[in-house]
Amino acid sequence: MSSPVIELDNVAKVYPLPSGDVTALSGISLTIDEGEFVAIMGPSGSGKSTLLNQIGCLDRPTSGDLFLAGKNTRKMDDRELTGLRLSSIGYIFQKFNLIPLLSAYENVEYPYIVKHRRNDDTGRVRNLLAQVGIDKSLSAHKPNELSGGQQQRIAIARALVNDPAILLCDEPTGNLDSRTSLQIMEILADLHGRGRTLVMVTHNPETAGYADRTITIRDGRVA
Amino acid sequence: MIGKDIILALSMRSVRLHFLRSVLAALGIVIGVVAIASIGMMGANMTLSVTEELSDMANKLTVTPYRGGGGGMMMGPGGGGGSSSDDDDDVIDEDQFRDIERITAKYGTAYTVRSESDRVEIGSDTGRATIYGLDAEIIREILTVETGEYPKSTTSVVVGPTLAERLGLKIGSKIDIGDPDEGSTTTVRVVGILEERGMTMDLSTDMAIVGTDRLFVGIYGGEGEYDQVNVVVSDIENVDAVKTAIEEELNRQEDTVTVQDSSRMMESITATVSTMTTFVMAIAGISLLVAAVSIFNVMMMSVNERIREIGILRSIGTQRTEILRMFIYEAGILGLVGAAIGAVASIVIGYIVVLGMVGSTEYFFAPASIGYVPMAMAVGAAICVVTGVYPAWRASNLDPIEALRAE
Repeated sequence: MSSPVIELDNVAKVYPLPSGDVTALSGISLTIDEGEFVAIMGPSGSGKSTLLNQIGCLDRPTSGDLFLAGKNTRKMDDRELTGLRLSSIGYIFQKFNLIPLLSAYENVEYPYIVKHRRNDDTGRVRNLLAQVGIDKSLSAHKPNELSGGQQQRIAIARALVNDPAILLCDEPTGNLDSRTSLQIMEILADLHGRGRTLVMVTHNPETAGYADRTITIRDGRVA
Repeated sequence: MIGKDIILALSMRSVRLHFLRSVLAALGIVIGVVAIASIGMMGANMTLSVTEELSDMANKLTVTPYRGGGGGMMMGPGGGGGSSSDDDDDVIDEDQFRDIERITAKYGTAYTVRSESDRVEIGSDTGRATIYGLDAEIIREILTVETGEYPKSTTSVVVGPTLAERLGLKIGSKIDIGDPDEGSTTTVRVVGILEERGMTMDLSTDMAIVGTDRLFVGIYGGEGEYDQVNVVVSDIENVDAVKTAIEEELNRQEDTVTVQDSSRMMESITATVSTMTTFVMAIAGISLLVAAVSIFNVMMMSVNERIREIGILRSIGTQRTEILRMFIYEAGILGLVGAAIGAVASIVIGYIVVLGMVGSTEYFFAPASIGYVPMAMAVGAAICVVTGVYPAWRASNLDPIEALRAE
């Protein structure tokens, strides 16, 4: 646990609006090491989701530099950033965000096919699904036929399929009841235990308790 | 299990998920393809059958007196006017015929045609018909009698099948030629009924009475004067040479004759048919335009409905080009399915249209005709893909974060 896998240097995000610029993030600098489990907390509107979007390469900072595994993302074009999202970053959303047209199995397999241009014949998809507790018969269902907890398990398996360096979780238990939340957090904690780097946005102190470190964001700054 | 090309698989699933909407959009393409293909085939079949009919006479030339101005003229300059008026401009005289005969001697044969339009009376029925006067030998050579025999005497004639049917003529029927109010009539006897000749430019015998020269001169006079000289060239290669030679010889000082070959008639008919076909096809093209609008609408709906899904796909690492491809595929599937159904339907409907409008499906499977099916198919599918470009481009350029926020 030494080399920084995520490094933010004076990152700012400003949304230009006709009524005046809105600063979502201003001058954020932080470093997250490999294997760390970091929780980002803060009241709603503090900019914690915006911060996660920057780290996840879904958005570009207005100024400042973001280094992922030592590489500056400022110089990357959309194609390269998309490539990072495919291979190096696993995203877990509050609303699960599974593809409705695909079955659970296919949802997990999708990033694998996009990356490798072939079906998974290594059993990786099946293993990941088993790890998160989705059996073969469940994995044939479409997302809308499954419960929230099941969907989030599938989303976790999907995030892991290309073996990403970083796992980003945006309120992963926000749409789940407390019992299911607990199960999901156990899975995430287990992943951390196996050495995975996790960054999780949450406003729930209980959930944040699983993390090694908590970063609080207030008004777009590290508090 | 999903295939290797997951982008294509997603497009297909989207089409299947919105099956009715997709079918309706594809239906527009089906109609457009059918309209264009069947009208195109109709035009091609018309042209082909006219060309076939006309190419039978590609080796024939007609020489008619020069009447100034326009070339395409009908015979019979009216009434009984031709009886004995010695107007050089309206007839081909014996000397001119000898010249033509001399020029054409080594290429084929020339024969004279006399013709007049006159009143005919069969029993109590009266009507008008063209009366041809030809050499008795020539009648035997040029025309084919279906029933009966060729005319030998000055009172026997053969009649065209259309005229025979219309006036109820049979072998042995008597026809009175001429208007009793203007003078005497001549009674002739039908000895044969001709085979149908269709549309020709040398002799239009279907609605005519054909008799010998002697009969004709007997009625209308005009010894040594002809309305037309027909030339049959044995080798089609020489048609132009013969035409030029006649024109140079007879029109040396001033224009006295007009020489026509069938190519001009063919050209003008083909041009007319193709103008008409193009015009009707343009109207049919509008149906494809309407189909394009409906495909566009469906594609925009598909993009708008799936904004969130596009956001998901982008956020987990799907490239812009792959999103673009996904929607182009979707439009392409609609286009291909529509065009394929349209192709099958247009063969069926085209066949019925051709049968109804042209009357013969002899040329239906000729390349020039059936070729309209793949052509219309390609146009239909291409229109779909082109129409899908803008919605697909829009989808691929969505901001992933904005897209994820959509409900």
